Amino acid sequence: MLVAILAHFAVAAVVPLIARRYGRAAFVVGALAPAATLVYALFRGGEAVSGAPPLETLAWAPVIGLEFTARLDELSLLLILLISGIGAVVLVYYSRYAKPGDHRTAARDSALLVTFAGAMLGLVLADDVISLYLFWELTTVCSFLLVGGDGVAKRLRTSATQALLVTTLGGLAMLLGLILLGTAAGTMRISEILAAPPSGGIVTAALMLVLLGALTKSAQVPFHPWLPSAMVAPTPVSAYLHAAAMVKAGVYLVARFSPAFADHPAWWIPIVVCGLWTMLLGGFRALRQYDLKTLLAYGTISQLGFLMVMLGSGTWMSALAAGTLILAHGLFKSALFLTVGIIDKRAGTRDIRELSGLGRQWRVLTTLATFALLSMAGLPPLLGFIGKEVALEALFEGGTVDRVVGVGVAVGSVLTVVYSLRFLRGAFGTKPDMAPSAPVPCGRIMTGMVAVPSLAGLALAIVPDVIEPIEAGYADRYGSDPGYHLALWHGITPALMISVGIVVAGVLVHRYAGVQRLGGHIPAPLRAQSWYGRSIDGLEALARGVTGRIQVGSLPVYLGVILTTLVVVPGAGLVAGDVGFGELRLFDNWLQVPITLLVLIAAGTSLLARRRLTAVLLAGVVGYGIGAWFVVDGGADLALAQFLVETLTLVVFVFVIRRFPPRFSEDKAYVHGRWVKAAIAGTAGTFVAVLAVLYSGYTEGMPEASRQYIERAEDETGATNVVNAIIVDFRAFDTIGEITVLAVAATGGASLILARSRRRGGSGERPATGGSGAADDTAGEAPEVRS
Amino acid sequence: MVVTINITMAVTLAGLYSIGFYLLMQRSLMRVILGIVILGHGANLFLQVAGGPPGEPTFAGTAVLEAMVDPLPQALALTAIVITFALTTFLLALAYRSWALLGHDEVQDDVEDRRIAAAERAAREVEEETPESERVAGFEAPEAPESRPGEDDEEARLR
Repeated sequence: MLVAILAHFAVAAVVPLIARRYGRAAFVVGALAPAATLVYALFRGGEAVSGAPPLETLAWAPVIGLEFTARLDELSLLLILLISGIGAVVLVYYSRYAKPGDHRTAARDSALLVTFAGAMLGLVLADDVISLYLFWELTTVCSFLLVGGDGVAKRLRTSATQALLVTTLGGLAMLLGLILLGTAAGTMRISEILAAPPSGGIVTAALMLVLLGALTKSAQVPFHPWLPSAMVAPTPVSAYLHAAAMVKAGVYLVARFSPAFADHPAWWIPIVVCGLWTMLLGGFRALRQYDLKTLLAYGTISQLGFLMVMLGSGTWMSALAAGTLILAHGLFKSALFLTVGIIDKRAGTRDIRELSGLGRQWRVLTTLATFALLSMAGLPPLLGFIGKEVALEALFEGGTVDRVVGVGVAVGSVLTVVYSLRFLRGAFGTKPDMAPSAPVPCGRIMTGMVAVPSLAGLALAIVPDVIEPIEAGYADRYGSDPGYHLALWHGITPALMISVGIVVAGVLVHRYAGVQRLGGHIPAPLRAQSWYGRSIDGLEALARGVTGRIQVGSLPVYLGVILTTLVVVPGAGLVAGDVGFGELRLFDNWLQVPITLLVLIAAGTSLLARRRLTAVLLAGVVGYGIGAWFVVDGGADLALAQFLVETLTLVVFVFVIRRFPPRFSEDKAYVHGRWVKAAIAGTAGTFVAVLAVLYSGYTEGMPEASRQYIERAEDETGATNVVNAIIVDFRAFDTIGEITVLAVAATGGASLILARSRRRGGSGERPATGGSGAADDTAGEAPEVRS
Repeated sequence: MVVTINITMAVTLAGLYSIGFYLLMQRSLMRVILGIVILGHGANLFLQVAGGPPGEPTFAGTAVLEAMVDPLPQALALTAIVITFALTTFLLALAYRSWALLGHDEVQDDVEDRRIAAAERAAREVEEETPESERVAGFEAPEAPESRPGEDDEEARLR
């Protein structure tokens, strides 16, 4: 299984090379990866449904318990049938759909589609939450790139960005939720979380966050507008990502976690409410679309809502219905999208106001599309019918809530029938007042690719025993088998009567335009798309406002903010925490007092100095004072280095400031903030001292490392001076780093001083004093000091 | 709890850090560099807090181990002193360069940031003038234009 995932990525790396030379043939090569995976998955299908699913583990970062685990159970197998089966079909189809000469697009889309297939495969196989999230986001990124295409048209960019923003928002929420869930359960393995589901307030929050991920990915209300927008992608991409595979990721996530959490109100209520709302809204909006592809997109939204409702209901029967419908929907929706692709490509438009008479020209394609549409509308003898029968059975046999939901589903199904008919007439019907479209061939290979999912829906409905072990195996997680079997004919049952009623109602609604004319219209302020636009506008305005206010461009303000944060945040922690000050001595050596006075007076005076040289010399006094302190403290080497370096610093300072005017330039504009600056600096400085006192209270004598240094210095390094031994021997790498810093600073300083030739604009901006003798400065700038 | 710091040292630290911070917030590049130098002195002194109270220099064999100061903070401070020097040198070269190119050594406000702030103010003013519907229009879904119920005959023809 791990090999299959890796094989996808390997193939994805190779196909661009093929595409560069052979163009669209690369799609056929790319199709090999999902096709082989499908064969492999079917080969191991027996194990998957056996109750002991095959498991493969790859250690990733074992120290922190990260691993990648692939687990092939019934649900994964079901999704793989779609991902790999439809994936192979779509890739072969794309090899005829793509423009023959466009090698660049072929290279990009073939690689991305295969990568996407690999990511989806990883997503449904992953048995730990972290890799689940990784593959989840990988599908999002692939979707962004595929929708965005070459990114030249603004519409492509806007749509791709919307899909990315909405699904990433959900993805991040999901990551948080998954981590909370994993922490609460004490394991990151999904199968273990589900085997012993945790409970509590945190779990409720976690479930809602996970749901946010599922609802955004599967385009549920109110996040759905990204899906119709994404229809700007090439039709094969839409067929695969936005009908069969990617939007199923959210459904998959819900299907994965529902067996454990279906009873949790925070889980099933949002799913059922959003799902039902989505099913009705999607169907309602599909009624008015003229663009066949957008019609299908709203149909997809509606069907995804239906799937969510069935998964949220959480009974054996509803799970059986959901499993069957996932497969049925993948098959009929991809067949329909591929049909639209042919119409768009060959007839030159997919606007139903401009199509006429295609049904007579393309009899085979029309038949295949009709099978898919019948499956969508839930008519026999197709898989969609079987699924809908089970769904109605499940809902109307259940409790009051289930029945109310069942009525909603029935209304949604009526809408499905109506837009299916709209598609059929719009795409293939002959309109009386329109000249039929000019005859063109519809392409054998493309039609053949439509035939695969369309006929599969027919064949599986006739022999449902083939898929029943998978569906029933999944449903068994919700309870015991009530003895129901998938079949086209169960006798005259209430569900069948409701089905008949739905179809009759759908046909009537379609016949009588008055109802349909009202359909699909949503006032602009209520549309979720305008909410999205407003929230994005708001976000941009917020970002601009924050940047404009926070990033004022003044260094003192930034430093002030940093220092205030330094005081406030740890300060609040200190006040809140329990910290104590130890007994403080006034001084350890009376010499420290005069040194302190000297240092502080020198430093304070340097603030007031108007002349540069005075300020520099006073800073030098501070440095020598610190050196003296080191002597008192017992750091002879330290003091020596301090004196030496201080002298060199003074020399360098003097070399530079002789180029500058003798006095500091005082800009009046900046004087007013003086007291604020002083207050902030004083507070921050005092806070540092408080930290030092606190910190010193928590040191416990000489650490073991230092003892060892002292004890071993003479034997191991031959030096009696322990500080020296540490610098040149025990911690020699530190010293190498230090020398490197010196060398880099010397190089930088020298190049800055020497770079005299390039002056701004070549005009006389340069000060009169700045010319001569700059080269000698480097001697003073770059001495290699070794202490 | 053994406190290794004394009041004198704490006062020195407070003074050096305050003065260093204040200088860092000045407009003159030369003062900023002096601020870094003084902060460096403060930091080196701070490092000695880890070494405990004053003691005998760490020459092996000259005193008992318990009487010695901790040599490790000293070694690290030594490294720090030299690196502060390297940094100061480099900053001085930068200040010199700034002087040679611009004719002053003032740290000025970032013009680009000022421009962003001005643009945001302008955008807010424009926003107040534009009606909301126009701003939303840019994000409409790329779907076929919808007509209000009963306004056209397309539906009738399609049936």
